[in-house]
Amino acid sequence: MSANGEPSQLKGLGHGEPRPAQRTPHQPGQPGSEHVSGTDPVGGQAARMWDAGMGRRGGEKRRKRKGDVNAVVPDAEFRSYYGRAVLKPPVWTHDIAYYLFTGGLAAGTSMLAAVADGKGHVAARRGLRLTSLGAVGASAYFLIIDLGRPERFYNMLRIAKPTSPMSVGTWILSAFGPLCGAAAVSEAGALLPRHGPLGLVRRLAGPLGSAAGAGAALTAPLLATYTAVLFADTAVPSWHEPYRELPFVFGGSALAAGAGAGLVLAPVAQNRTAARAAVIGATVELAAAHRMEGAHGVVSEPFHLGRPGRFLKAARALTAAGAAGALLGHRSRVLSALAGASLLTGSFLTRMAVFEAGVASTKDPKYVVVPQRERLRQRGARGQGDHTAEDERAQQRSAQAHPA
Amino acid sequence: MVSANSLYGPLHDPARDAGYVDPPPRKGFFTDTSVCIGCKACEVACKEWNMVPEDGIDLLGTSYDNTGGLGADSWRAVHFIEQSRPVGQQSSPFAGAATGASSEALQQDVIAAGIDVFDEASRLGTAVPGGQPLAEVAGRVAAGAAPAGGCGAGGSCGCGSSGGGAGGGGGAKSSASEDSQFLGMPGMLAPAPVPDRQGRQDVRWLMMSNVCKHCTHAACLDVCPTGALFRTEFGTVVVQEDVCNGCGYCVSACPYGVIDKREEDGRAWKCTLCYDRLGADQTPACAKACPTESIQFGDLDELRERAERRRQQLHDVGVTEARLYGHDAEDGVGGDGAFFLLLDEPEVYGLPPDPVVTTRDLPSMYKHMAAAAGFMVLGALAAAVGRR
Repeated sequence: MSANGEPSQLKGLGHGEPRPAQRTPHQPGQPGSEHVSGTDPVGGQAARMWDAGMGRRGGEKRRKRKGDVNAVVPDAEFRSYYGRAVLKPPVWTHDIAYYLFTGGLAAGTSMLAAVADGKGHVAARRGLRLTSLGAVGASAYFLIIDLGRPERFYNMLRIAKPTSPMSVGTWILSAFGPLCGAAAVSEAGALLPRHGPLGLVRRLAGPLGSAAGAGAALTAPLLATYTAVLFADTAVPSWHEPYRELPFVFGGSALAAGAGAGLVLAPVAQNRTAARAAVIGATVELAAAHRMEGAHGVVSEPFHLGRPGRFLKAARALTAAGAAGALLGHRSRVLSALAGASLLTGSFLTRMAVFEAGVASTKDPKYVVVPQRERLRQRGARGQGDHTAEDERAQQRSAQAHPA
Repeated sequence: MVSANSLYGPLHDPARDAGYVDPPPRKGFFTDTSVCIGCKACEVACKEWNMVPEDGIDLLGTSYDNTGGLGADSWRAVHFIEQSRPVGQQSSPFAGAATGASSEALQQDVIAAGIDVFDEASRLGTAVPGGQPLAEVAGRVAAGAAPAGGCGAGGSCGCGSSGGGAGGGGGAKSSASEDSQFLGMPGMLAPAPVPDRQGRQDVRWLMMSNVCKHCTHAACLDVCPTGALFRTEFGTVVVQEDVCNGCGYCVSACPYGVIDKREEDGRAWKCTLCYDRLGADQTPACAKACPTESIQFGDLDELRERAERRRQQLHDVGVTEARLYGHDAEDGVGGDGAFFLLLDEPEVYGLPPDPVVTTRDLPSMYKHMAAAAGFMVLGALAAAVGRR
């Protein structure tokens, strides 16, 4: 389905064959190492086979780096059904991760295009509008090819359903796409002759483009942040638990990506807005991502392990470098473009990291069983029957903030 | 219709909440795992009736569970758990029968000889043509014969105190194993009528037929963007295959890992609680096929009472680990339409110990989204400040 072969690997794990958690490619700590001998839940044949080394792969040692936030999370002991995952891993392929990026980029560029329009920065506006149209087109493509039945994509339009963030997103995209497209097409007005009936169209293109661009800029923040709700409104532990931070991560990332595109495309005289937006977006993204990857106990762990861990680390460095470069190098065309590229790459890697961390969190039963057990333990400790949902959530929050 | 508890919390009648005016009583399953015998008749009946395609023949190494859990092509899945704990009065099977003794004695010989059968099994076919005649060695050791006696001149065969790698092809023949070799494969006996090598003797088997829970607050249904998933008048949750476009949102939303996408088909599939049979006043196929009434079908209210009586009954006879799972309308999913009596903690059966429907937090998610969107607008405006 996609070029890098990664989706097919995910699909292979997801379907047709059994999915023991120890096959998780993202996790250096194999779940087997959590099963303490003697307390293991799986007695008899399977336990003996396990003890005899059958079905175990290498890499039992858990890396403990200095300053690793995971060091405060003790190796969890928990019971499971042969170490098999409780949840189904998402069937979404990396197309959805790419969509997170292109959707954010479309939103960010639309917002900055409206600002450039207001300031009369024609060159910057043109680049941003065209980028936005390209990105929203790519978004629609990624969304549709990821469906199991792409030819039925229009079934999304048969209802509007607030409890389904995907339905909400469909309508946001349906509103944003045409506005964004109209704004981009209006740029073609400059190519028309000045006189005659086409001259009238040429004169109208500017105001109509501004109106469409303003409409797109107003729906853009919704487009950039609804994807956070889309991911959070699942049973995927590492997507659901950070639901408070995720909209800020995605919103900040979208602004940073839009600013990155602006820095790459705009001439030096028109890139101050993008430079400021880069700093604001990057700051919000980095601050929110810091909470996302640190404040949720064991569920934050996938953000540090394996590929998503490396992606997030690289994203942090690139986003910070891009923001700094945008601020310091805005007088230089080359430095600005480099800073812009750095911001775009950082935003892309942030999306990839969030996507993959969530997928990884569904493949190990630890991320389901351990937090839920802890919740039950705390509820039990407080006695039964006197809790409300709000209490429970507060408990959950404090548990996540201070893992034992 | 839509109430304060539409997304989370106790809700007596989800069908009424979904808009049915005068729905029939809510239907469900009570799966009493204490009487499940692991026959998998439910799996077969489900596949037959619902024309669920085959999903491959695998040996998973997870006891007798070679289904591996619920999925698009397994709407009932029987789980097997072997544990070193006794359940009730357990005697060695077939002990009194005329046919019983021989193979059990064989196993005992092997264990008494201290032979690690799994170690041996891992070398099968590599050292001696035809495998390791373990039982012969075991028989000799049990009979007090010197282990070295069977080795003959082959000093390198390595049969030491562990008994591992005992040389085959020795001349002495054990009477116990003239025609039966113990190959280290799982037998037809209960897991451990004799102690295993860790000294565990009392073994029980837990068996459980897993199924879609038909939650009161069904995340799969709430997040479905096409309306393919819907609440039936019986309070169950069903996918309309002519509407589903395979977006896969339901797969990630399910807190039990039940619903899945059928790869070659592209759409999501799961248990329908035999919606077609319910409409004709018939019992669902799995419950109909279950020979021990482990799977019980009926009105949910009645099933909950029956389940509580059963739990109490088991506690009265000393099975204090018996517990109900998914019966409580106050739990994180508002109670399950298909609930269970378990003999151990839920996670041992592959069930989440405290599932919460993700849409409980949806209002808060939208609030945070609005705040973040507002923040983006402010950020863009702040960036616009300045002449250039």
